[in-house]
Amino acid sequence: MENTILRSIDFDAYFGDNHVVKKVNMDIPKNNVIAVMGPSGCGKTTFLRCINRMHELIEGAKTKGKMLLNEEDVYSMHPIFVRHKIGMVFQRPNPFPNLSIYDNVIAGYKLNGMKITRADRDAIVESSLQKAALWNEVKDSLHKKGTFLSGGQQQRLCIARAIAMEPEILLLDEPTSALDPISTSSIEELLHELKKNYTLIIVTHNMQQAGRVSDRTAFFYMGELIEYDVTKNMFTNPRDERTQNYITGRFS
Amino acid sequence: MAQNINYRLGKSKSFRGLVIFFSILCTLPLFLILFYIIREGIIHINWNFLINLPKPVGETGGGIANALIGSLLIVFYAAVIAIPFGIMGGIYLSENKNSWLSYWCRLSVDVLQGTPSIVVGIVIYFWIVKPLGTFSALSGSIALAVMMLPIIVRSTEETLKLLPSTLKEAGLALGLPYHKVMLRIILPCGFSGVLSGIILAVARIAGETAPLLFTAFGNPYFTTDISKPMQSLPLLIFNYATSPYDEWHNLAWGAALILLLWILLLNIITKITTRRWKIQF
Repeated sequence: MENTILRSIDFDAYFGDNHVVKKVNMDIPKNNVIAVMGPSGCGKTTFLRCINRMHELIEGAKTKGKMLLNEEDVYSMHPIFVRHKIGMVFQRPNPFPNLSIYDNVIAGYKLNGMKITRADRDAIVESSLQKAALWNEVKDSLHKKGTFLSGGQQQRLCIARAIAMEPEILLLDEPTSALDPISTSSIEELLHELKKNYTLIIVTHNMQQAGRVSDRTAFFYMGELIEYDVTKNMFTNPRDERTQNYITGRFS
Repeated sequence: MAQNINYRLGKSKSFRGLVIFFSILCTLPLFLILFYIIREGIIHINWNFLINLPKPVGETGGGIANALIGSLLIVFYAAVIAIPFGIMGGIYLSENKNSWLSYWCRLSVDVLQGTPSIVVGIVIYFWIVKPLGTFSALSGSIALAVMMLPIIVRSTEETLKLLPSTLKEAGLALGLPYHKVMLRIILPCGFSGVLSGIILAVARIAGETAPLLFTAFGNPYFTTDISKPMQSLPLLIFNYATSPYDEWHNLAWGAALILLLWILLLNIITKITTRRWKIQF
């Protein structure tokens, strides 16, 4: 595939003896939105957390196989560099409660000890918040604590915090599952904007969302990647029976 | 039937009454002690009492300046020693719930908390006072630091455990190194809890007498040299209250009141810090 940014080759993940991601092969093209969907416990979140090596933080977690970012295996890089290149947004908004909005956005630089000038910092904060469609709402209260924002705003703050580091890939782990419908749709709109600059991989248990936001969709079931295709094809003409059953709501 | 119900209602009413009665009894001791010590001590406390040294037997007046400053110094150095150890240990325990080290660390900290303070004092005496050949305020601080350690370790552990794990993940997912995540995000978020643990530990050890008997020893003169014996409030109370002289009894009452007020104040500060600096999620 041309322009492939991330490639997983025969990738397995385990919790202890529990084999939760099985032999996943997946090529992810640049500047696309990839939705990963599937029923609960199908390994989609685990797979996502393997991409930026968050999976290994859990005791007893193991992985096998290759995960190539621009043809370089992330498992031979230092996790800190992997996570600079692959940002992540979590299920629940988790801005740092001890930091202001401004400091939250710049946290990746500040706490990594990167020396940047004040002007650069201001520019990064403004452009990240612009990209996360939050700038207009918070530009007058940048030095207030991020936790005073609403849930949807907090989640956009987390997106701003992640893209401030200029990652190549942004992982989103059910980013709207804790949000109301209005916040959800504003985040979904945002994803369309963000894919101009980043490659997005979004885990969702919501099929409609996968259909709305993604260019390609991967369907996971029982730890296996059942089907991976252009979203339109997958929803109109699924090749696998299990995919069809899932899409038509025969199991969830 | 109705009579039966009345009987049962009466029983539960009287049980409720008993619970209230005993909870009132539980609050009484503190107020009785406060009342008694204030009544005995308040008349001796004035500015001179705070800034003068004790006078020899037979002279009236005199104060507790040496003990007040001594207590502050000894407790301060104890806190300086215990806080880094305690916080680091607490961080480890909150992060590693099941390793063998955390098992042994938690166990030993718990046992240490139950160790009689006189035992801590005698051990520090053999380890530090004897080899150095002199009683010193520093050895007293070390003994008190040992007493403080368990409280700080456990309060840090409990506080950090309550923080959502997503907070740590958010930091790590930004590519922050572990030490930055712990020191710049997790610890500040749990700051109020950690701080209140420290203040409670200080309040707890400020009145300890036994570990100081063979370490800081006491000193009738004013000193700020921590390599020398130093007076402290609990020691002064112990020595003067058991003396046969009325003037010294008065000093002891005054010192007891000061000590009590100090501890009361620390407890109130703890309550305020936990409320005011609590971080909202």
